[in-house]
Amino acid sequence: MKFVDEFRDRAIAERIVKKIERFDSLKVNLMEVCGTHTMVIFKQGLKGMLPKNVNLLSGPGCPVCVTSQEDIDKTIELAKDENVIIATFGDMVRVPGTNSSLEKERGNGADVRIIYSPSEALRIARENPARRVVFLAIGFETTSPLIAASLLDVQKEKIDNFYIFSSHKLIPPAMEALLESKEVRIDGFICPGHVSVTIGSNAYKFIAQKYNVPCVIGGFEPLDVLQSIYMLLKQIKEKRTEVEIEYFRAVHPEGNRIAQELIDEVFEVSDVMWRGLGTIPKSGLRLKRKFSDFDAEKEFRPKTKKSKENPDCACGEVLRGVKKPTQCKLYRKICTPEEPYGPCMVSSEGTCAAYYKYG
Amino acid sequence: MCLAIPAKILKIEDNLALVDMAGVKRQADIRMVSNARVGEYVLIHAGFAIEKIGEKEAEETLQLLREII
Repeated sequence: MKFVDEFRDRAIAERIVKKIERFDSLKVNLMEVCGTHTMVIFKQGLKGMLPKNVNLLSGPGCPVCVTSQEDIDKTIELAKDENVIIATFGDMVRVPGTNSSLEKERGNGADVRIIYSPSEALRIARENPARRVVFLAIGFETTSPLIAASLLDVQKEKIDNFYIFSSHKLIPPAMEALLESKEVRIDGFICPGHVSVTIGSNAYKFIAQKYNVPCVIGGFEPLDVLQSIYMLLKQIKEKRTEVEIEYFRAVHPEGNRIAQELIDEVFEVSDVMWRGLGTIPKSGLRLKRKFSDFDAEKEFRPKTKKSKENPDCACGEVLRGVKKPTQCKLYRKICTPEEPYGPCMVSSEGTCAAYYKYG
Repeated sequence: MCLAIPAKILKIEDNLALVDMAGVKRQADIRMVSNARVGEYVLIHAGFAIEKIGEKEAEETLQLLREII
């Protein structure tokens, strides 16, 4: 496939690794923020190709994984309403809440449908006028513009049985929160390629300037990831802290203006709770007041009793890069993809799932 | 979840395009990609084209990757 195969050339990969090996005097922690990068790194065996002095940390870039336990519990409460159809991206279904999961509720008769695109949620709403469709809107800046676009379509078509539960989050504030906590030393960020399609490289300038941490926006093929690591090492060696774009075939400094305008029209920035990171100021997106008729939280007011995470689950620490999955006492012993205890084992791009499958 | 796959635009009608995604034909919403043309490549995420892929830029990247220093 064009734009894929040529970026998987094994011989070139080995040559980039040779270039990386020349920085053997640097002992660095590089964080790949995005869960899709984590998957590529594990699936393509890139970790094993890298010299020991380059340590890769997985970051908080898996939307399902960072959704708070309270939000998970609320979606489960919403699903219990027999007049409600839940439309959701697949990975959310198996995340264990405090007492149940969407999957378990489905077993009890709840109508939970897995969709690939928000336009399918609209179709479900059109086909079921007597019922109410709640779309679980999770995701980062890659996904929020399309949710916004779909909501504008709903408004235009005057569909009156469609609601969204917005748990959207923003990536740069989470990166800043990690740096502020000083819990782990991060010497460079591989920034998420498709989030950056929307927000552009300029959005990370404050990370490079205020925190002196180099950033490289990388694509998702093996050669892209290796080259991004090489570019980060080069910056560190040359004592530069800049935002560079390896993935410049799709990412521009100013991002995608149309996508940004869609977000601005429908959403406003809010403080939001992340699993593992706590409440981060201005790191989420909620519906603007003029769209409150579509807000599932306002319409249904899902009540949750005290939400609790499994105290033995180390997802929070894994998401902050503080622990590796292998340091969690549940990992592999009782927490497996078949019977997950935390979202990092559920999501196909969760760090625990990646370790389990390819680690 | 931020997965986006390259696809070739085969046909355009208003905001909708028929695209070829690794041999599979699908409909995609292209409102976020201004001036998209038939024959061009876009990145598809959850049924929407989120950006065009620059052919020239891809070629340049490959040249950088092949570079021996």
